[in-house]
Amino acid sequence: MSEQMIKPYGDTFDDGQVQLSFTLPVEIGARATKAAIKYTESLNFKDVAVVHSSKLADNFTCFVVYAKGIPSLNYKNIEATEVESTQMDYYEINSLIKTKLNRQMVVVGATIGSDAHTVGIDAIMNMKGYNGDYGLERYPEIQAFNLGSQVTAEKLLAKSLEVKADAILVSQTVTQKDSHIRNFTEFVELLEAENIRDKFLLVAGGPRINNDLAIELGYNAGFGAGTTPNQVAAFIICKLLNI
Amino acid sequence: MTHLTLDQKSIIKIRKSAKNIASVVDDFVQIHSTTSIERAVLRLYGVDGVDLSGVPLPNKLVDILQTKGKLESGASYHFAASMLESKRDAKTTAELIDQGKISFGESSSFSVEQILKQEQVLTNFAINTLDNTRKRKLDKQKQFPLPEAPWKYLIVATGNIYEDRVQADAAVRSGADVIAVIRSTAQSLLDYVPYGATKEGFGGTFATQENFKIMRQALDKSMQTHGRYVSLVNYSSGLCMAEIAASAAIEDLDMLLNDSMYGILFRDINMQRTFIDQYFSRLICARANIIINTGEDNYLTTADAIEGAHTVTASQLINEAMGKVAMLTDEQMGLGHAFEIDPQVENGFLLELAHASLAKALFPNSPLKYMPPTKHKSTDVFYSHVLDAMFNLASITTKQGIHLAGILTEAIHTPFMQDRAKALNNINYIFNTAKNLGDEIEFKKGGLIEQRAGQVLKEVVAFLSDIENVGLMKAISQGKFANIKREIKAGKGLDGVFKKGPNYSNPIIEAIKNNRSCS
Ligand code: B12
Repeated sequence: MSEQMIKPYGDTFDDGQVQLSFTLPVEIGARATKAAIKYTESLNFKDVAVVHSSKLADNFTCFVVYAKGIPSLNYKNIEATEVESTQMDYYEINSLIKTKLNRQMVVVGATIGSDAHTVGIDAIMNMKGYNGDYGLERYPEIQAFNLGSQVTAEKLLAKSLEVKADAILVSQTVTQKDSHIRNFTEFVELLEAENIRDKFLLVAGGPRINNDLAIELGYNAGFGAGTTPNQVAAFIICKLLNI
Repeated sequence: MTHLTLDQKSIIKIRKSAKNIASVVDDFVQIHSTTSIERAVLRLYGVDGVDLSGVPLPNKLVDILQTKGKLESGASYHFAASMLESKRDAKTTAELIDQGKISFGESSSFSVEQILKQEQVLTNFAINTLDNTRKRKLDKQKQFPLPEAPWKYLIVATGNIYEDRVQADAAVRSGADVIAVIRSTAQSLLDYVPYGATKEGFGGTFATQENFKIMRQALDKSMQTHGRYVSLVNYSSGLCMAEIAASAAIEDLDMLLNDSMYGILFRDINMQRTFIDQYFSRLICARANIIINTGEDNYLTTADAIEGAHTVTASQLINEAMGKVAMLTDEQMGLGHAFEIDPQVENGFLLELAHASLAKALFPNSPLKYMPPTKHKSTDVFYSHVLDAMFNLASITTKQGIHLAGILTEAIHTPFMQDRAKALNNINYIFNTAKNLGDEIEFKKGGLIEQRAGQVLKEVVAFLSDIENVGLMKAISQGKFANIKREIKAGKGLDGVFKKGPNYSNPIIEAIKNNRSCS
């Protein structure tokens, strides 16, 4: 395989220019600046320039630093996934469900655990939708149940079984102390323990979620910031119909 | 000065509607009390501490009354009787009650006169506590003057009160005038106030009396170093509004988040509970000179800031009317609103100016609490920093009271120390460079800004008269605020609500209401 070596770009190829900002728990002064330079060098940078330092508090100094990254990276070795689905709009999706699935598609969604953020899951599910794109409740061919926030894994599963959901949407916004990872995992493990993981498509979402993370956690797909409802609906129907 | 010409008849009308709405709620409030209010009374009488398993004594005592079916007469009278029996201070008396060594809620061997006299001693103690905090704060403000408004309000939220101290001092150094310690996730749903110093919270630090004390001491030190008064804020919301107000008063806090409807709408706390609790908590704030901060900004995190603008104003008016019933002065009402219009909207900044000026015009003597953009903050921190700059400009131009710092990393994480410093640099620059802009410019007669303010006012007239007709409780159950429906008998904390019996006594309420001096 051929190589495609890359480095950060400032104003010239391979100059490696990077902008950093951080705080060290030391008093401002020449010694602190020196420490910032040395520390940045230890991160594998050269030509380190501390262009700004300011005192935040006694024994805390904040720096803005420009430096050149030393390593190069072979871009050919980098792999990442994005959710694979065809780009479809509201009308195309409805007609696909109607003609190919021959019944309504059932979707249940919730924000689980102690997370109280609903705006994200609402953006995908509520009538109004997001960024001019209608939400799943608006689709005549979709039966959508939005359970809101702070829903337990057990309750989400019970509702999904009750309405025979095709897909379950799980939202997580708070990521402090990796609470999102814990909550996502708890839900998958619950399905696995009951031996019903294959009954549903599992879709994770939230501002700090990407497809790779979701797959790693045992979900079928993950959607991040800026997702529109049609992307989610298209993914689910394509997956159900195996197209 | 940036002055809006508004229809005066509409203003009279909305104030009247709000007053009527509040008075109907007050009729209900006056004949009820809650477990949380009775616990607050005990705290103001000097009860504090926890039992061996960590349950707060105020809870244990009120539980005893509830179990005995004696709650309807309130905690005050029974506790006075126990004090006579124990002949010890309030805290020790509570411990003795808890250990079953003296009786509580039983018929007493002391005469009614003796008990009433003891109750008066306790009430004087409570009122003196509230008057003393007021006085201590004013004394400090003579030495360290209150800064000019808008006051710069910064949040710390490490989950460790000792770490919070460091962060707070750093913020004060960069220019913060007000420090809020954000609470641990979901504290609002606890039906007790946790005890002691917090070293590990979730998304924040528990509101406890000990944490209040630790932070107050730290800020007093910052005050000396930086030569200006620094206010301390916490949250009197959720299931323990009144108790937290009591603890906050004891520890010299300056402001409390305290809204008459927030808990109902956003925390699913029962509306009866919230209305009753907010009344007593506000009486405490009024006497202790604690500025309340109301939560209208939250409406705009779920509703659109243009479509929902009138609900913000309507809620401010209701909060104000209920505040007045609870003796709060204009100067103690930090009514809330927010800069949350979608930045994609053409002339959005002009609409923000219209909304902010309308609030200022309606509540000229109140320290309005102005929230920065949050919902439309981008993970592009450079862009978000510019959004905050526009917010800062709107705030200084329209002379807001309490200015919550917008943080460039809002869409990413709870702020780092350096994020706060950058936010404050932004504010300091704009507040200084545009200091008197608002005194110099006028809004064009009939222009976009004036028209928008007039439009919102018109919507408020219709909205409030609608609520006045159905009543506030019913209006909330119909989803009139923030599109959230809450039933009158649903939600958390209803089990703590009770109707005052014929012998109910809470002399603290009477003393504050009648402005009685107790020294
Ligand atoms: C609004 C808001 C609130 C509101 C929530 C109201 C509500 N009903 O949702 C309130 C005020 C209640 C709130 C409370 C708290 N919040 Co908050 N909040 C925000 C804020 C300002 C906006 C979030 C938002 O609505 N974004 C708009 C939506 C549309 O975007 P989105 O969620 O990313 O959703 C999109 C995608 O991610 C995706 N998506 C989302 N979910 C799903 C699910 C599926 C299945 C799919 C397919 C897609 C998908 O689609 C959506 C549309 O594109 C953010 C800051 C910010 N600007 O991001 C902080 C923020 C999220 N909150 C934060 C915190 C810490 C809290 C609190 C814990 C604070 C506290 N200590 O009390 C509490 C939470 C209490 C709790 N138990 O959870 C932090 C989270 C930090 C972190 N990374 O962990 C943030 C980042 C603020 C900060 N800088 O501190 N918050």
